[in-house]
Amino acid sequence: MSASPNLLAVEGLRKSYGGVHAVQGVSFSLEAGEILALIGPNGAGKSTCFNMLNGQIKPDGGTIHLKGEAIAGLPPRLICRRGVGRTFQITATFASMSVRENVQTALSTFAGQDRRLFGLATRQHRHEADGLLDHVGLLAQADRPCAELAYGDLKRLELAVALSGKPALLLMDEPTAGMAPRERIALMRFTASMARAQGIGVLFTEHDMDIVFEHADRVMVLNRGEVIAVGTPETVRRDPRVRTTYLGEGLVYARPVEGGAP
Amino acid sequence: MSFYVAQFLTGLAEASSLFLVACGLSIIFGVTRIVNFAHGAFYMLGAYIAYTLAERFSGAIGFWGSLLTAAIIVAMLGALVETVLLRRIYHAPELFQLLATFGLTLMVEDLAVIIWGPEDLVGPRAPGFKGAVMILGQAVPSYDLLLIVLGPLVFGLLWMLFHKTRFGVLVRAATQDREMVAALGVNQRWLFTGVFALGIFLAALGGALQISRDAVNHTMDLRIIVETFVVVVIGGLGSVGGAFLAALIVAEFNAFGILIFPGISMILMFIIMALVLIVRPYGLLGRLEAPTRAVIAAAIVWAPLSSAGRIAVAAIVVAVALMPFGVGDYWLTVGSEILIFVLFAASLQFLMSTGGLVSFGHAAFFGLGAYGAALAVKDLGLPLLPALACGTTLGCAGAVVIGWFCVRLSGVYFAMLTLAFAQIVYSVAFQWTDVTGGDNGMLGVWPDAWAASPHTFFWLALAVALGGVVLLRMIVFSPFGYRLRAVRDSALRAEATGINRMTTQWAALIIAGTFAGLAGALFAFLKGSVFPDSLGVSTSVDGLVMVLLGGIGTISGSVLGAVVYKALSIFLVSQTDYSKLVLGAVIVGLVVVFPGGLGGITARFSRLRPVLGPAPPARPESLG
Ligand SMILES: Nc1ncnc2c1ncn2[C@@H]1O[C@H](COP(=O)(O)OP(=O)(O)O)[C@@H](O)[C@H]1O
Ligand SMILES: [Mg+2]
Repeated sequence: MSASPNLLAVEGLRKSYGGVHAVQGVSFSLEAGEILALIGPNGAGKSTCFNMLNGQIKPDGGTIHLKGEAIAGLPPRLICRRGVGRTFQITATFASMSVRENVQTALSTFAGQDRRLFGLATRQHRHEADGLLDHVGLLAQADRPCAELAYGDLKRLELAVALSGKPALLLMDEPTAGMAPRERIALMRFTASMARAQGIGVLFTEHDMDIVFEHADRVMVLNRGEVIAVGTPETVRRDPRVRTTYLGEGLVYARPVEGGAP
Repeated sequence: MSFYVAQFLTGLAEASSLFLVACGLSIIFGVTRIVNFAHGAFYMLGAYIAYTLAERFSGAIGFWGSLLTAAIIVAMLGALVETVLLRRIYHAPELFQLLATFGLTLMVEDLAVIIWGPEDLVGPRAPGFKGAVMILGQAVPSYDLLLIVLGPLVFGLLWMLFHKTRFGVLVRAATQDREMVAALGVNQRWLFTGVFALGIFLAALGGALQISRDAVNHTMDLRIIVETFVVVVIGGLGSVGGAFLAALIVAEFNAFGILIFPGISMILMFIIMALVLIVRPYGLLGRLEAPTRAVIAAAIVWAPLSSAGRIAVAAIVVAVALMPFGVGDYWLTVGSEILIFVLFAASLQFLMSTGGLVSFGHAAFFGLGAYGAALAVKDLGLPLLPALACGTTLGCAGAVVIGWFCVRLSGVYFAMLTLAFAQIVYSVAFQWTDVTGGDNGMLGVWPDAWAASPHTFFWLALAVALGGVVLLRMIVFSPFGYRLRAVRDSALRAEATGINRMTTQWAALIIAGTFAGLAGALFAFLKGSVFPDSLGVSTSVDGLVMVLLGGIGTISGSVLGAVVYKALSIFLVSQTDYSKLVLGAVIVGLVVVFPGGLGGITARFSRLRPVLGPAPPARPESLG
């Protein structure tokens, strides 16, 4: 092994559901501070990859190394504690709490204070939480119940929660879905600048090609569970296979949405 | 050898009876998602009505006609209950339906006594099946053989119904995906009523068939409902085949368990359930399928008390503390009992609302606390305070052990596993006569002289209950409380944020169990005695009712619920012979009028529900 291992190294990752080979033999690597876009039509296996990377589902085969350590098959909470933050395609937040409390809860978990039975939780990490909310543009809504947020704002909240653990690797599954174009650009600019400044590796999926080509250092194209192209945005854009399977008109949403296994 | 064959056949007959009742419950749950606590009551009504018909009208419709007519009458009653009562509360949180059906059960129990009297009734023998058949030299009642045939027959008929008729296909579709049926434009109301009536018909038929085997009485509902829950949970909620398999397993284990382990025969069934749930958390043939509605829709934004609130609470506490100067000893004893149940309800409420964990077996910790205190007094000769500590510790220890198993499950299955463990503890207390005195309980558990007078004991109870409730509230707002809520709100997000769901919920159960244990220990001293009842289902249900009455949203709700429920039941018992009827009617009425509980949070519920929607099931598919 080389002296400094990749931030993330994935080899031959596989997952099948019955007869559906959701992910078949995906390999790639990601460096600190690098932004890698994972694109592909619906049902290509993008979310399945994310779920294996953060431990939500166990891979059928393959290895995942984070900073040189094998993490495949560990439960999500342990993978999280090793420095992987994520957002979900369908947002998952703590609905009964305010926006700020969501972030505070995450912060107190990372600080190892969540076993305390006494002391008001709302007084802890308030400043830090507001800082994160400010970054993602949610500070004005910090006191609102999370259940009242618009969908795009929930996505931002998820990002703030994922960042609370100071992750080395950030996984973002369709982070801008449900946002207005202006918001999308702002959110991705923030993510990109933060990733570069703090050396965070980012893996994200996105259907908006403008965003992908503007922000990604590299693009990986997935189709039916297989990587069909990897490279800089320019090379991927010119790849003939990518053009027919994905960038070609009308094919983008040709496959049934989630769950509609063929 | 031949003896075992006879025993096996007895088991099969028992399995058939259990299957009839259990598959009805399972079908109802599958489609309507209602955990029908009144299933046992309908079973009992089936038996009573069949008895009356067979005694009075068997000339006109014959014995078999009586059984069938009884089942049809009860099914119609069921349809009535569904349209008049349940239909109003389908959209309330799941537990309110449980509460409503529990209220119905109470009412039916008293109505049965009013109509048929408290004595056991022995029905006529079934014509043509009065004798016994010799099999390998053993006499086997021919009626048992009939039942053995009947179980698979009904199973077959149900299979035909579900696979060959439009109604059946809809039922299966609804069991798998309720939203889809709604989307297909099927008249859901009609489907729900039909399914409910069918389930009740099966329960009532099961009851009616018992009249020539066993005496009919007004307690048969509770016995059967617990067994039925066990069967349905082992088989997998919503699965008819699972109910059949589970009925066989449970009945055969009962038949042979009595021979092999006479000491633990009562708990065998619960041990099986616990084992099955640990290996297959969704039952033998159940599928991993989260309930479509959150067990508790908790979308209330909580905050610590404002200063005005604090002053109001302090004023109430002072007023309560002054009670010994104004009221007599009897009322102080009643007050102490209420205070003890306030703590018990608050501990359960902590688990339910903050933890989102609905326990049907919370009495286990209460009872362990009571027995712990009693044993400390009787066997170790300890005074009041150390004995209270012993009881609390035993409650805590029970929660450590029971919780370790239970947190592996969630939702209704969690509730059922807690019930199983509570029944196990109950049976131990009941059967381990040398230590616990069994049915006779333990007597002479009196407090020290300093706390013996009703007013000092009242102050002690007030101090303990107040301290407990305050501590629980502090925990709710502590970092741990938020972590617990995080797990409840979204296990997915919590785990992805580094929170360990299981240890979090385990800790919550231990906290709740410890406070329940303290309440139980105090209860032993209040009564001067402990009986297995303190561990029983009815104590657990009392706790649930208090919490639900108060509104699941807040700890203060459970305080209110405990006061109202306990005061009402003590008052009713002293005023009327039909306290259950009145209490049941009050519960049903409250559920219909205030589906959010007495805490007055109805409005907030209705405002927040559409925003929150049903909690997404925590299954991998939903990650998208
Ligand atoms: N839990 C599951 N059970 C069965 N099939 C699944 C499950 N999750 C995903 N799939 C299937 O795996 C394939 C990849 O899905 P997914 O990773 O969600 O795709 P993407 O995120 O790229 O749209 C799809 O065909 C989907 O139907
Ligand atoms: Mg996806």
